[in-house]
Amino acid sequence: MAQVSIRKVVKMYEGDVQAVKGIDLEINDHEFVVLVGPSGCGKSTTLRMIAGLEEITAGEISIGGDVVNDVPPRDRDIAMVFQNYALYPHMSVFDNMAFGLKLRKFPREEIKRRVDEAAGILDITELLLRKPKALSGGQRQRVAMGRAIVRNPKVFLFDEPLSNLDAKLRVQMRTEIKLVHQKVNTTTVYVTHDQIEAMTLADRVVVMNHGVIEQVGPPQELYHHPATRFVAGFIGSPAMNFLPCRVVQHGDGLAVRVSDTITLPITPERRDRYAPYKDKAMTFGLRPEHLVEYRDNAKQGVTRMDAMVDVVEPMGMETMVHFHTIGEQMCARIDPNAYAAPNEVLALNADMNNMHLLDPESGRVV
Amino acid sequence: MSSTTVTTTAAVAPRQHQGSLESQRRWAMWASYAALSVFVVFFLVPPVYTLITSLKTSKEISGLQGSPWLVQHPTFANFWELMTNENYQNFFINSVKITICVVALTMAISILAAFSLARMRFWGSATLATGVFLTYLVPESLLFIPMFQIVGKLGLMNNTWSLLLLYPTLSVPFCTWIMIGYFSSIPKELDEAALIDGASYMQMLFRIFIPVAMPGIIAATIFAFTVSWGQFLYPMAFLYSTDQMVLTVGIISDLIRGDVFQWGKIMAGSLMAALPPVIIYAFLMDYYIAGLTAGATKG
Repeated sequence: MAQVSIRKVVKMYEGDVQAVKGIDLEINDHEFVVLVGPSGCGKSTTLRMIAGLEEITAGEISIGGDVVNDVPPRDRDIAMVFQNYALYPHMSVFDNMAFGLKLRKFPREEIKRRVDEAAGILDITELLLRKPKALSGGQRQRVAMGRAIVRNPKVFLFDEPLSNLDAKLRVQMRTEIKLVHQKVNTTTVYVTHDQIEAMTLADRVVVMNHGVIEQVGPPQELYHHPATRFVAGFIGSPAMNFLPCRVVQHGDGLAVRVSDTITLPITPERRDRYAPYKDKAMTFGLRPEHLVEYRDNAKQGVTRMDAMVDVVEPMGMETMVHFHTIGEQMCARIDPNAYAAPNEVLALNADMNNMHLLDPESGRVV
Repeated sequence: MSSTTVTTTAAVAPRQHQGSLESQRRWAMWASYAALSVFVVFFLVPPVYTLITSLKTSKEISGLQGSPWLVQHPTFANFWELMTNENYQNFFINSVKITICVVALTMAISILAAFSLARMRFWGSATLATGVFLTYLVPESLLFIPMFQIVGKLGLMNNTWSLLLLYPTLSVPFCTWIMIGYFSSIPKELDEAALIDGASYMQMLFRIFIPVAMPGIIAATIFAFTVSWGQFLYPMAFLYSTDQMVLTVGIISDLIRGDVFQWGKIMAGSLMAALPPVIIYAFLMDYYIAGLTAGATKG
């Protein structure tokens, strides 16, 4: 069993800087959990406390049921992959991967078997005799992963392993990491600031901000049902559009009134849910992918919204249109064949079936 | 329909003649060579004169005829007489013995001290590291009086092995400082990876840091060797007997009797004494420079 439990863990630095403010998290055996958030949110600090590289100020961390607060890293049965690979430059790839096993006095045959097996999984068998300086970034990262795999640990820890790679290689390595996890099926805690990595790799995503956990859940849940404004704005690329609004009576139902010229009817299914917020100042949220080019035969819940275009970004498979409304910058994702030009009015469809309403005071999605 | 190209000549401000980059580089190169030539001549004059004098007989040296820069009757007799001289052999062996021991002791202390000061966080480590370096700034000419008392009380006066206590006071601070800079330049993630792999601090030092920091270690070793081999003041102050002397002070005391200077042998002895450091620098100069500069710029 290799579950990881984090209970009321606090990390304070000198000068009363609280990097982690009492977080609770249960990571199940074999699960791939991603800690994601902006720089300084406490995700790497949390990972390093699991690894034993940082002292825990308060709280408890246990791995496989055993409390490891005072256990040195070497005895926690964990393996870590670092952002800048941390390969030993004077050793060959084989020796890098074998180093941990040699320290633990594994027999030579067992070391060779494990290294060859890991090299086969990662497709680096032909690199075993090379030194790190003779490897590309992607190869080095694979060697770093191989060094972790040979240990057969209870938990893999990844600290932003793809941050130093170029965009194309990052996409490739992401897939490889997912494949490796499917093969070895070890409990994994992965830290990244890239929400796309989080969404594509994780069984569950932990969104952190300013030392606290904002929300934990499967990627789709965070995407479709964010709990807070921070999660709503962090998950999804491009980010969700936010507009200050007021919930008003609109015929038999309710509507979101953004300005004198923009009133967006709320779907009947959400009437009861938003009724308590009638006449209150709220924040309207809608993802760019739910703001598309206008069509007459739109489904129920879709409302027309006109926009004065600022910038058009053709991306190939879609076109991003940037416009502003009541002083707020917004983004819509339209069909690549649809016409849009700067300084012209573009008719859009706002899919109110996927709207979000946020309380501006608490920051929570209602 | 043909297209016509209309060109207009707008008023352009006259550009100052800058000269090509190539000519600037050439000028810089020649100026550098000229300046360096002055220094080369200045620093090479004593060794060249030493070599010329070492090839002369005492008669020719004292004869004061002809140019002192020319050898009338070159001879290797000075070199041969020294090499077959029992005292000189003794000086050489003492120098080798002491230098090897001092270098080993210095590197053992410096590497361990630098590793702990650079990598192991403990209270006072920064202050200690600064303090270690500050001791290097105290001139040895001020230290040899209190050292004299300490060596006397230890009963090591006129004993070659007293140098084993004295030389490290000169070499350890600077070598530690070089190694601190070099160890600090090694990424911290390497420590963490080693800790997670299961290495103790000593294993980390011997299996990772020393191999990775080898250029810096070589630079520090060369420095320790140079300090030990060429040291003059401390042997002069603490060694009186011929059998205890090292090369630097032995050459002077054995070949200068009263007002009689055996210049030929003195020069030959000096040249032969300078040979080991020259050979070492010739082979390891690149490491020395890399070790000093890498530690300085990355630290």
